[in-house]
Amino acid sequence: MDPLILSAYTLVSALGRGLDATCAALRERRSGLRPCDFLDAALNTWIGRVDGVEQVTLPQPLDHFDCRNNRLAYLGLGQDGFAERVAAARVRHGAGRIGVVVGTSTSGILETELAYRARDPDSGELPAGFSYQYAHNTYSVADFTRRLLALEGPALAVSTACSSSSKAFASGYRLIAAGLCDAVVVGGVDSLCLTTLLGFSALELVSDRPCRPADRRRNGISIGEAAGFALLERPLPGMAGIALLGYGESTDAYHMSSPHPEGLGARLAMASALERAGIAPGGIDYVNLHGTATRSNDAAEDKAVTALFGNRVPASSIKGWTGHTLGAAGIANAIATCLSIRDGFVPVSLNTVEVDPELQGWIALEPLQRPLSHAVSNAFGFGGNNVSLVFGKVGP
Amino acid sequence: MKLYLNGIGIIAPGLADWGEARAVLRGEASYRDAPLAKLQATRLPAAERRRATAVTKLALDVALQACGERAAEVATVFASSGGEVEVIDRIFQELATVERQISPTLFHNSVHNAASGYWSIATGSRRPAMSLSAFDDTFAAGLLEAAVQAAVEAMPVLLVCYDFPPLAPIARHRPLNAPFGVALLLQPERDPSTLAQLQLQWPCTDAATAMADPALEALRLGNPAGRSLPLLAALAQGQTGAVVLALDGGRGVRVHTTP
Repeated sequence: MDPLILSAYTLVSALGRGLDATCAALRERRSGLRPCDFLDAALNTWIGRVDGVEQVTLPQPLDHFDCRNNRLAYLGLGQDGFAERVAAARVRHGAGRIGVVVGTSTSGILETELAYRARDPDSGELPAGFSYQYAHNTYSVADFTRRLLALEGPALAVSTACSSSSKAFASGYRLIAAGLCDAVVVGGVDSLCLTTLLGFSALELVSDRPCRPADRRRNGISIGEAAGFALLERPLPGMAGIALLGYGESTDAYHMSSPHPEGLGARLAMASALERAGIAPGGIDYVNLHGTATRSNDAAEDKAVTALFGNRVPASSIKGWTGHTLGAAGIANAIATCLSIRDGFVPVSLNTVEVDPELQGWIALEPLQRPLSHAVSNAFGFGGNNVSLVFGKVGP
Repeated sequence: MKLYLNGIGIIAPGLADWGEARAVLRGEASYRDAPLAKLQATRLPAAERRRATAVTKLALDVALQACGERAAEVATVFASSGGEVEVIDRIFQELATVERQISPTLFHNSVHNAASGYWSIATGSRRPAMSLSAFDDTFAAGLLEAAVQAAVEAMPVLLVCYDFPPLAPIARHRPLNAPFGVALLLQPERDPSTLAQLQLQWPCTDAATAMADPALEALRLGNPAGRSLPLLAALAQGQTGAVVLALDGGRGVRVHTTP
């Protein structure tokens, strides 16, 4: 496929606001995880909470979109000059030629959780001020993003659980390939809420320690939150930067909340991404893993990775830094992968002390400084929904 | 963008399948409101069928109507404004108690792509599966996504659009009249079983096409998936025509239908 350049990109996560903060943490081996202090969740676990979301106020006239998820989106759109770069693209292409595809799994449902607690004891009604459309509904964050950036191209929210924001890249590519758009803002925003914290606990998938991807003693995820965005467009002659070179999508046809044990769907997604990119497995220099630190995900993903790459390619997960940011996991991985390519380094698999001897792949325990031409970035979700992306350098 | 339509499914009150809906939309039978027939999800293994929600079963049943034996070979776009409304109500009820015991099944059934995940299990399909929302304009957004996918990837894509009315107390803040499911099988090439040609034009600033019959217009406005009715009516009439479907921001999609 034709490469699409990421002419702007940014990320806010537990590592901090923007690319510099993210890069610094990745290089200094500084995790963003902390013991769970989210509302009254009272869980024995660690979380990747973003500082200061509570203090964010949305600008007029979009303050009716107020909810934790859209505040996080607003924080994200304000970093690294992202909104300004989109504004410049709007002048270049026209507002109607720029689409918006944003992934989220839980949107603004935290507000609904709190509203249910505050129901009127007699009527059962939700309190005044509850907004279904602008907070709760899955589309809310895409709508907010579209309006904030004053874009008029097609807009939609993708919600395929933890692959949502990787899926946004595939959808964004197609809008451009079909000629409907000249550029697309893709991304993902997912914020902490009690449904996911208590839900993953019920599934016994939450670790009581900072998550340890690929470790022999790994025992589950740390839940995080993040907002990340990228502006995709066709590179003009002479333009240099990081580009989306391929994407692959598949489903497992196996189970709602467990991956296929042989990693069949994951392998299909990676193979399809490589094929679209026109790159053989030997041309990949780094695999940025989904790497959630559950027993089953890391084992299945390892089988898929080694089936394609053997143990020749260094691989790592950033979940030990950011936690599992669910609907934003895809964009968090994508941005981390772009930074790795830009700066020529492989981040370590943080918190991994002893690699599980049952895993066959090369898990990076020490940071590697090396030029990376092409890298794969994975995101897999409930419903057996898998997406792999291939990124690389383009231009002079 | 030119696509070919090779299958249609519909499940709504008084419109149990395409045969029934076609007669009503051609004016050969009058519309009569009636409760949905029992949802089946026949292709799901028994254990999954017990766990699947009514929302998921609606999506699976209408999807199967549209693609039958081709189920395992088509990519899918599942489009729903609200997704698993019944499950999330139960979770929110539970989260408001002191115990806060969420069952694991309840939680994994709560994701927006639950129906899509069950479809993959039911059919054994490992084809790409999209799941999206665009509030009231979910049908048009889903149609655009499915059409773009079929055209760019040169493969058949099944669009499944479905919504159930939310439960109280959300219902007051998101009033939907009735459940509605619609499915369209799109492909890039005409073949002997093609039902119609669709040509999509975006953007289009004309007002969305409405239904003349007040009961059908109420169905159209009462559920985001019901926004498909003008397109279904054009297809039922089997003539060359055009309908406009609204999209957020006033820039809709014009769909030209040709037999």
